[in-house]
Amino acid sequence: MSSLWEYANPLKFMRTTDWLLPIVAVAAVVITTIGLVWGFFFTPDDFRQGSTVKIVFIHVPAAMMAINAWVMMLVASLVWLIRRHHVSALAARAAAPVGAVMTVIGLITGAVWGQPMWGTWWAWDPRLTAFLILFLFYLGYIAMWSAIDDPDTGADLTAVLCLVGSVFAVLSRYAANFWNQGLHQGASLSVAPGTRMDWAYKAPLYTCMVGFGLIFLALVLAGTRTEIRARRMKALVARERMA
Amino acid sequence: MIALLIRDMRLAFRAGGGFGLGLAFFLILAVLVPLGVGPDRTTLALIAPGILWVGALLACLLSLDRIFALDYEDGSLDLLATAPVPLEGVVSIKALAHWLTTGVPLVLVSPVLGLLLSLPVPAYGWLLLSLMLGTPALSVIGTFGAALTVGLKRGGLLLSLLVLPLYIPTLVFGAEVVSRGAQGLAVGTPLALLAGITAGAVALLPFASAYVIRINLR
Repeated sequence: MSSLWEYANPLKFMRTTDWLLPIVAVAAVVITTIGLVWGFFFTPDDFRQGSTVKIVFIHVPAAMMAINAWVMMLVASLVWLIRRHHVSALAARAAAPVGAVMTVIGLITGAVWGQPMWGTWWAWDPRLTAFLILFLFYLGYIAMWSAIDDPDTGADLTAVLCLVGSVFAVLSRYAANFWNQGLHQGASLSVAPGTRMDWAYKAPLYTCMVGFGLIFLALVLAGTRTEIRARRMKALVARERMA
Repeated sequence: MIALLIRDMRLAFRAGGGFGLGLAFFLILAVLVPLGVGPDRTTLALIAPGILWVGALLACLLSLDRIFALDYEDGSLDLLATAPVPLEGVVSIKALAHWLTTGVPLVLVSPVLGLLLSLPVPAYGWLLLSLMLGTPALSVIGTFGAALTVGLKRGGLLLSLLVLPLYIPTLVFGAEVVSRGAQGLAVGTPLALLAGITAGAVALLPFASAYVIRINLR
């Protein structure tokens, strides 16, 4: 019987990712390149926003992955707390810096886009504010990991922090909504009828989203593998000392 | 549990307990802001609700690391964890003691500081009410942060990095109550949301804090 939990075994995880990681990494580079080149050079300019609209091909996927990375950390933390699989805790740890960088990319591209469109680099808009707050949560999570020496204690504490932080991050999002009316447009993509984005934009955008998702996956896999190797090394050194 | 409450409050009030430090910090902040912004009354009145709430938040933060650090160092926390009283109860009592020695004094002096910042007259009642409703949440959330960092040697800076983002919803709704009150608008919605956050935090976070302390004592 094969089940998902088999990959919780570090050895099995390493063996699978041995061949999976190169494939994912190459696919990530190829698909992101296709999506970005398609988006930047083979789409028409928007009739009002001109060519600045093309920053959407970085902005939206990065913002999406910034949130998805946190959700993935939340799930991984839950798996760690409930089933005590070390790979899960290490994957959550590896995802945090990637998510933080995605958040920064989202904020910076947003600022670059906002300058010509809204006439300002930054506005205390609910979406922007919530994103900045999400970045603070990432910082706290990463700092917590790096502050603790014992890996199991660190995994436990950061997992609880991730759970509590998620609740407060959602609360902050709605608090920010309540606090100020925004400049930011509504959701860029929606399944509701009457969506405003044309397929000429949507197709490359979806390609970029898949590409960014694969980049995230590749970086998390690589980070988790590094963590597993570092742990194994520590165990070997400790065994050497005992002998 | 009552004995624990009395013990914690005594420790806080006595010399070196840090009682009054938070208050002094709150006062200094209310003096520094007009010095930095200028004495213009309309400007001050506009920013007073936010300044008072941010000040209360930071003053609360100052005394957080005292909640568990000393008990952890001298081993009383281990005793408390093995005592017949559930650790969740111990954590709640410690948060209550923190609130009584830090939150309540802040609430009581806030009108005086409001005077310094020329807070509009109709806002005073809302300031008192919102701080009274909001500071328990600050204490409980702070206790969770203190529990997370209790095993660390120099956890103070990390503590503020962890706790301040968690304070955001409380701050937003609390300050909103006061500034709406100052303009004579309806305050029902933010007040209810503030009370909701406090109630939720008081009910749920002690479990998380106790869980985290058990991890740290392992």
